Amino acid sequence: MSILKKTFDAGKFAVTAEMAPPKGVDFSHQLEDAKLLKGKVHGINVTDMQSACLKASSIGLCAALKNEGLNPIIQMTGRDRSRMAIMGDLFAAYALGIDTMLALTGDHTTVGDCKDSKPVFDLDSCGILKMLSDMEATNTDCGGNALDGPTPVFYKGACVTPMYEPQILQIAKLKKKVDAGAEYIQTQGIFDIDALKRFMEAVEKANIKVHIMAGIIPLKSAGMAKFMNANVPGIEVPDSMIQRLSDAAAEGKEKDIKGLPEKAGIEMAVDMIRQIKDEGLCDGVHVMAIGAEKNVPIILDMAGVSI
Amino acid sequence: MIISRKKPYEELLSMLGDAKRVALVGCGSCATVCETGGEPELAALKEALEKDGIEVVGTVYPSESCQKMLLKKEIKVLRDVDFDAYISLACGDGAQTLAQLSDKPIYPANNTMFLGQVERIGIFHEMCRMCGDCIIGHTGGICPITKCSKSLVNGPCGGQKNGKCEVNPDNDCAWILIYDRMKAIGQEQKFIDQLLMDKPHSPHAYPRTINLKEEKKVAKEAAEK
Repeated sequence: MSILKKTFDAGKFAVTAEMAPPKGVDFSHQLEDAKLLKGKVHGINVTDMQSACLKASSIGLCAALKNEGLNPIIQMTGRDRSRMAIMGDLFAAYALGIDTMLALTGDHTTVGDCKDSKPVFDLDSCGILKMLSDMEATNTDCGGNALDGPTPVFYKGACVTPMYEPQILQIAKLKKKVDAGAEYIQTQGIFDIDALKRFMEAVEKANIKVHIMAGIIPLKSAGMAKFMNANVPGIEVPDSMIQRLSDAAAEGKEKDIKGLPEKAGIEMAVDMIRQIKDEGLCDGVHVMAIGAEKNVPIILDMAGVSI
Repeated sequence: MIISRKKPYEELLSMLGDAKRVALVGCGSCATVCETGGEPELAALKEALEKDGIEVVGTVYPSESCQKMLLKKEIKVLRDVDFDAYISLACGDGAQTLAQLSDKPIYPANNTMFLGQVERIGIFHEMCRMCGDCIIGHTGGICPITKCSKSLVNGPCGGQKNGKCEVNPDNDCAWILIYDRMKAIGQEQKFIDQLLMDKPHSPHAYPRTINLKEEKKVAKEAAEK
């Protein structure tokens, strides 16, 4: 049974990390980082060619993590696979012991690094979830044909972008995702707790019942924050945070100390996680360290979050 | 309207290969509006080819190049003329119709782009991807299959920035347009309550053929029974 589901069912604060497969076949770096995460998180969410950049498939790193005794969560986008391919890959994942999934529409191929690849989008995030729910209800595949053997029942999740105007569009789509079978939701990176509160109120008002995990992106520098503000939809790092990172960089330069901005970023992530947990704003956090997975256990320890 | 664009002239030249005598076929319909297959374009291409030593033995300008019977009649004027190849200045439909009517090589002068609206002279917008199962009654008269770069049918992805699409920031997010439009025509609640939609692909497995004559015959026979 999905560890993430068990965690929510027990009313515990859930914590997951994120990891990207390599652009190639050497998983050693990822498996090294995974060792540090063992016993620290309820799941490791393995991306499906995030930002439409070619990487090893999520299923491969998920299987490797499973072999190491971790709890992988398979991300599945609709960008590169038809409904048949999605279902077939999820059968294979389940057979390899992966029982938790996250459905995403996926970034368009033209924003990625293999621009001539055909964008599929046979199903969007809602369609993927609905297909799996229908399969569970009828024990049939996406063509209505009976399955051989047991029907896989995934613990199914999806994403939401709280910083979105007009917000009603994200709320309406979130409702569709939950109606389609999403049982947990992870948000795009949150940097403004008040904005998160407003979003959670809108979810409550729309009477959407689902476990929501706040997305946390530890910032590494003011440049990273500015880049994300300019280029990543749904990301809004407040000026005060950017200033703190700039100040840390200036202080580091003056005192000849390395890593002060990264340290400030970690502290800000810690503060947000602590506040989200202490005030019960969300049911958990999803930490997207974007290559700095080694920092995740440090952040969780500092925030006083254990599994 | 079928929107077409001229291929680069060098590409057309390289396709011609050894052909030294050619006939040009334009189109009096869409390609004329697109300034790709009208009389001025036929004259300009003739002049350019002749400068490059390729003889244009004839120019045909049918009112529509996609009407097979009509095109067959129009190209009869070339029946007794000796030439190596046709150059079609129509859309892909017109060019292929010409190919079916001739045993000579056909080279397209144009690229066929999309089914589009003529906003005004020279400004065209893609409006319909001809999926064979129109859903705009549910989406405020705006087609998400065409206007959303991912053809999403259940609302927006998270990829818009300031209302613009992640794929092409010149384009508005289709789902924000749909929401705004439905709100404006009193259908905001319909938008919010919209059930999950699927877009099955079997209805547009191509190539498709419609035979109204046969359909009417079948309907008539059924009615008589």
